Amino acid sequence: MSGLQRGSVAVVGAAESDLGQVAPHTSPLDMMAQATLRALDDCGLKLSDIDGIFSATSQVRLSSLALAEYFRLKPNYFDGTIIGGSSFMSHVAHAQGAIQAGLCEVALITYGSTQRSVSRAAASPREYNYYETPYKPVLPASAYALAAARHMHEFGTTREQLAEVAVAARKWALMNPVAWEKEPLTVEQVLKSRMVSYPLTVRDCCLVTDGGGAIILTSAARAKTLRKKPVYVLGVGEAIGHFTISNMPNLTVTAAAESGPKAFRMAGLKPTDVDMLSLYDAFTITPILFLEDLGFCPKGEGGRFVSGGSIAPGGKLAVNTSGGGLSYCHPGMYGLLVMIEAIRQVRGECGQRQVRDCEISLAHGNGGVLSSQCTVLFGSDATL
Amino acid sequence: MPSLKEQSPLGVYLEHCKKGELAYQVCTDDNKPLFFPRVVAPVTGSANIEWRVSKGLGTVHSTTVVHAAKDQPPHNVALIDVDEGFRLMSRVEDIDPMQVRIGMRVKVRINPGDDKQPPFPVFVPIGGAK
Repeated sequence: MSGLQRGSVAVVGAAESDLGQVAPHTSPLDMMAQATLRALDDCGLKLSDIDGIFSATSQVRLSSLALAEYFRLKPNYFDGTIIGGSSFMSHVAHAQGAIQAGLCEVALITYGSTQRSVSRAAASPREYNYYETPYKPVLPASAYALAAARHMHEFGTTREQLAEVAVAARKWALMNPVAWEKEPLTVEQVLKSRMVSYPLTVRDCCLVTDGGGAIILTSAARAKTLRKKPVYVLGVGEAIGHFTISNMPNLTVTAAAESGPKAFRMAGLKPTDVDMLSLYDAFTITPILFLEDLGFCPKGEGGRFVSGGSIAPGGKLAVNTSGGGLSYCHPGMYGLLVMIEAIRQVRGECGQRQVRDCEISLAHGNGGVLSSQCTVLFGSDATL
Repeated sequence: MPSLKEQSPLGVYLEHCKKGELAYQVCTDDNKPLFFPRVVAPVTGSANIEWRVSKGLGTVHSTTVVHAAKDQPPHNVALIDVDEGFRLMSRVEDIDPMQVRIGMRVKVRINPGDDKQPPFPVFVPIGGAK
């Protein structure tokens, strides 16, 4: 039983850094700092108000320390939990705990990456693992390909259904002015793209961009005094399944099947209450797995569920309205940007792609090779 | 528990590989096989671990074909469920990588490695390529 209380904290500031490709010699810390300043402007707090720092990046080994130095802050609380792209959902849970316990009052969660500028190999070098490295998988893609192949085998999921996820993401991205991709995409184009690790082509894989973001959380009481309408944390759930794909207990069931129910239980909500989903789409198979594991469709039905444009604009469920990691931005560990879109949807700030009457959004983060799964449910004041 | 100053789990495993064997461990508290080799069994937390040699037969659990570079042919990466009840990453050789199928029966073959790469197990289809 979690001691975290539904709605005890709220996101008050949220911002992206510059996205896509930044100038040479920009550091990940510069991107975190830029996003932090924008998030502070968003809520009207000052740098000196921040007394909790939560960060993770593959490019700065001790990023919470580096960031405190950059800002010359002496935070009361810091957390460098790094479990891949879901780290930041995990930071939300930990920040909520810290704020509830009085360990800090204003928590900054931030991320930055220059992986496009410096190359993926330089930004997140792979560890040698005797049990996998000799077989030369292209990681993480080959791990997701193994899960996709198994899903196809067990449930009859098709490459066309995987491609539907990329096409839907692209349609949403065309409504997002800061999205990396600007041209339409068809299922046929996805299928005919360069093969990376069968059954995944390059269009089944997330982008490789620079980017970062920051969000600021504080107590529900303090949130009400700030500039923007608070976006409350209604539920959080964290779960770890495995580290390497060889050790994933079941290739077609992720630990989202644990993190999701935890978050829903804390929030007192069910999947049908959710107005919009932000699902970490590292590869086209991942939203399919998460829709199943989070309870939006039965296990094995994910491929059929996403078919026919059902998660695209105008479809039956709004998923990844930013354009996702597949078409908007994917700077390595993308989880923070996954949440920023879910926060903005509840605020009603998404312009052309705004989901009507969006009161409850779900942000789901994935880390490693389907390894760590963290779910956050956000809600407007109407949901309290 | 053996001293880590004298031998490591991977060290023992590699000694088996050099003899052409695929080795694995069993926790004798719950009689469950475990892989990768460890000094402490998962779940039980027990150090009562025995080494066994597999018969080397298994089934392809999942498979992918990696297109790593333009100047290299695509290669297979597979997860193999070994009959004794453990799974490992490997590759299936002696067959077009696109013809490797989930459910295919395979048999181990130890790749001897070289100066830089220690020996490692690969698999071949039983009865040869179809």
